[in-house]
Amino acid sequence: MDNKPFAEETSRAPISQRSQEVEGAEAGASEIMIKVVINDVEVTVPKGTTILDAAKKINIKIPTLCHHEDLCLAGVCRICVVDVEGQKNLQASCSYPISEPIKVKTYTDRVRRARTNILQLLLKNHYGECYTCARNNNCELQTLAAEYGVTIYKFGHIDKPRYEKDQTNYAVERDMDKCILCRRCVRTCIDLQEVGVLEAVNRGSETKIETYLDLPLNDVLCINCGQCVNRCPTGALKAKDPANEVWDAIDDPDKHVILQTAPSPRAAIGEEFGLPAGTSVTKKLNNAAKWMGFDKVFDTNFTADLTIMEEGTELLLRLKKALIDKDASVRLPQITSCSPGWVKFIEYYYPEKLDHLSTAKSPQQMFGAVIKTWYAARNSIDPSKIVSVALMPCTAKKFELERPEMRDSGYKDVDYGLTTREFAGMIKKCGIDLPNLPDSEFDDPIGMGSGAGLVFGSTGGVMEAALRTAYEIITGEPVPFENLKVTPVRGEEGVRTAEIPIKGAKGDWAFLDGVTLNVMIAHGTANAKKVMEMLKSGELDKYHFIEIMACPGGCLGGGGQPIPTSPAIREARARAIYAEDESLTIRKSHDNPVIKTIYEEFFTDGPCGHKSHELLHTKYTKRGKWIDVKKEKK
Amino acid sequence: MSKREGPVIFSEIKPLTGLRKALEMSGEAVLEVIKSSNLKGRGGAGFPTGLKWGFAASDSDEHKYVVCNADEGEPGTFKDRVLLSEYPLLMLEGMVIAGYVIGADRGYVYLRGEYKGLKKELERVISEMRENKALGEDILGKKGFNFDIEIKMGAGAYICGEETALIESMEGQRGEPRNRPPFPVNTGFLGFPTVVNNVETMSVVPHILVKGADWFKAIGTEKSAGTKILSVSGDCVKPGVYEVPFGMTVEEVLKMVGAEDTKAVQVGGASGVCVGKDEFGREISFEDLPTGGSFIILNSGRNLLDMVKNFLEFFNEESCGQCTPCREGVPVLIEGLELIKKEECNERYLKDLFSLCETLQCSSKCGLGQSAPNAFVSVLDKFKDEYKLSTKIKKETVFNGQ
Repeated sequence: MDNKPFAEETSRAPISQRSQEVEGAEAGASEIMIKVVINDVEVTVPKGTTILDAAKKINIKIPTLCHHEDLCLAGVCRICVVDVEGQKNLQASCSYPISEPIKVKTYTDRVRRARTNILQLLLKNHYGECYTCARNNNCELQTLAAEYGVTIYKFGHIDKPRYEKDQTNYAVERDMDKCILCRRCVRTCIDLQEVGVLEAVNRGSETKIETYLDLPLNDVLCINCGQCVNRCPTGALKAKDPANEVWDAIDDPDKHVILQTAPSPRAAIGEEFGLPAGTSVTKKLNNAAKWMGFDKVFDTNFTADLTIMEEGTELLLRLKKALIDKDASVRLPQITSCSPGWVKFIEYYYPEKLDHLSTAKSPQQMFGAVIKTWYAARNSIDPSKIVSVALMPCTAKKFELERPEMRDSGYKDVDYGLTTREFAGMIKKCGIDLPNLPDSEFDDPIGMGSGAGLVFGSTGGVMEAALRTAYEIITGEPVPFENLKVTPVRGEEGVRTAEIPIKGAKGDWAFLDGVTLNVMIAHGTANAKKVMEMLKSGELDKYHFIEIMACPGGCLGGGGQPIPTSPAIREARARAIYAEDESLTIRKSHDNPVIKTIYEEFFTDGPCGHKSHELLHTKYTKRGKWIDVKKEKK
Repeated sequence: MSKREGPVIFSEIKPLTGLRKALEMSGEAVLEVIKSSNLKGRGGAGFPTGLKWGFAASDSDEHKYVVCNADEGEPGTFKDRVLLSEYPLLMLEGMVIAGYVIGADRGYVYLRGEYKGLKKELERVISEMRENKALGEDILGKKGFNFDIEIKMGAGAYICGEETALIESMEGQRGEPRNRPPFPVNTGFLGFPTVVNNVETMSVVPHILVKGADWFKAIGTEKSAGTKILSVSGDCVKPGVYEVPFGMTVEEVLKMVGAEDTKAVQVGGASGVCVGKDEFGREISFEDLPTGGSFIILNSGRNLLDMVKNFLEFFNEESCGQCTPCREGVPVLIEGLELIKKEECNERYLKDLFSLCETLQCSSKCGLGQSAPNAFVSVLDKFKDEYKLSTKIKKETVFNGQ
């Protein structure tokens, strides 16, 4: 993949392990083709290709555990060793860049013995029953054990836990007894996300993955993004699963249980049922939820549209204050706030820059606030009886809904957050064959979301949605891109910029005529960090609006999405979302008729008005990155 | 000046003459001398020094580094300590020559944490070199050759003697070996070409330049030129540091140090191999019995299984914990050894253990894991009288479910 999700310049990994290119090789090395022989089959690959990738080309699968397409090289599990002719020792194929013609055998007796022994060693200290594991049937260690026909524990097997489970975090649970020390989580946290709350400590057989001073995960600077969960090969890391509480609510006849579904899970949940990545199952999912017993199924896209109305208006107001009123207290660029992982990241690491964050709540939380107020009143339902459940691609949402400031409806705005994986588990429990379900529409009145709300799921999507609406508010004309596809903001590059010249601004917004809107998009907190450093140094003064998502790929690559994840999988999901957008008739947030209704009926003083400030906007906490060890240490 | 005597390092040489000689020549010419001297790395792996320097010299990066590996940590090795404390200039001079050859601008001595007592004296010698213009800008009048040396302290981890772990440690990271390729000569300290050589290797260099490659090659064997400094310890009358020409047999060394009733010699420290009486005719050399310097003598009163266990426990503590075979495999060998000592290991399980040893040797990420089972394998393979296998096939005693 050309677009490495991790930020190579700032990565903490040794330069030699950041990429799969041969370091020090002459420029254009990747254009030099080298002929290698793998198991007597010839294959020609660009210089610097790993043996693992070369073997893949000729359909030879080499087992891996520590290797992950999104991460820096590691070469630590050693399960991928192969025989290279002329070398005394076996070589780890995941981290061996081909620089000359070599002959490789991927399954000699020595290789098989080594792999079997390594597997036996990993199983020796892997404590935990597969039956009770969240990753049962989707565990890389389990799969390998099956492939290698492990029938006995040759070197013994641990029979009691060594570590205490850490279930303190609202989003991510750690069970180090299942850890095989592949360090994907460490590389995810340090290199991919540059958060760095996990690191290997101690040496030899005492080695383990630990937080700072072994504090509970909730007391360190974890942003709950769950990217580590997505990349853990076993069940050592899992998201906190509230499925049982949701079942209880469904089973309680007194409760009115509402499900909101975000666009990203709909584009990915099919993977849990064997469908190829990029198969959108939105309408089948509606049916599944109803069969499961949810009273109403609504579309988060509606509140994504609401977010655009609020956030877009906020941006225009900021622009007006800054450019016309010359109000020095106004902060530009405005930065999006709908990714709770990102919000926690800025609260920890750049608390002095919180003024740049839009005060608009995320779609999930707007939804919660609207359901327990407007919807409840409109349908004469006692809001205390409403259980609001969110299906999200995200683990950080589990933390977000617990924030004390998210109770503006007078109740907990959203009660439970389910990830895509957890919801798939619930569907399976009911014996529902999702791929073959008939379609079903969302319920009224919040069943209507625009294409703009839909593309929120992808990196650049919020920006695109905002531009579709803001441009039209300013000029009265649709955003000047073919078929409303704001292509400059799309893509997979870590940090992207775009310039949107405004022509024909009218009325209140005439002052923007001829102004070029400078926007920036970043995804993955490592890239967010780059943006924030630029912001700190004043390089971004000419920018007006920045979209930041905590997860690589945006929500489509969220920590709650199906496992595995890879750049190709995320791109496939993005294609599904953009295709669905084009198939819709309403593709601009302000065109959504229900949005019009809610502003007529409920938020009567309009976007960013008094009422919306009460329910749809929030404030942030200057957390800072210092941990009070005396207080926190048990 | 020196009390010690030996054919190469402990032989007479005037301070800085090697460096002066080198600076009279071009870098390429010095490299040719080193190459033709057939000097190989003294740290243990025996990689040809000239070749290593040649790789780094041919790179055109803006920075290059010379690192002297003074992280002497192999159990039973203490010869670098002698060189560092009695012949520091020799090593530093070798580093400057290496810097001249590869075009480096900076050198580092990576000093073992436990040797911090030597730091002050080394720093004094370094500043004296600066005063004598043997370090700094335009060294010894050679226009444009700027080179300086700094000391970096290790923190006491054995693994940081492995060159890539050493570089990680120098960069301030957890000391863990990197993947190779790429090798440090291409991508080393801070990503720049870096030559890492042992103290002893560096100390040989000035001698070769002064006395010539042919003089050097005449000492030792055909494939192992020069001498090896041995740290002799254990059951003998005269333990200590000796410089011996390559090709000397184990027997000759034993005689030299007055060892009697010797049952076995552990050559090469914990990561080396154990040789018994029938192998005492083997030669200390890269091609026969290589050693980083450790030579531990055990008489008939010693229990070899205890020694192996001691070494394995050492490796268990010192493994960086990165790769599976080393991290998880060594404890299994320790458990296995316990079974063997209790005479509870049967032949079948011993075979499994040997298979595990092979896995460690061929698939560990670095030399530590690759050599961790050496003592285990050599003792259990060659000293069958030292232990008795169980003939029982019992679940409680044997893990393999038989």
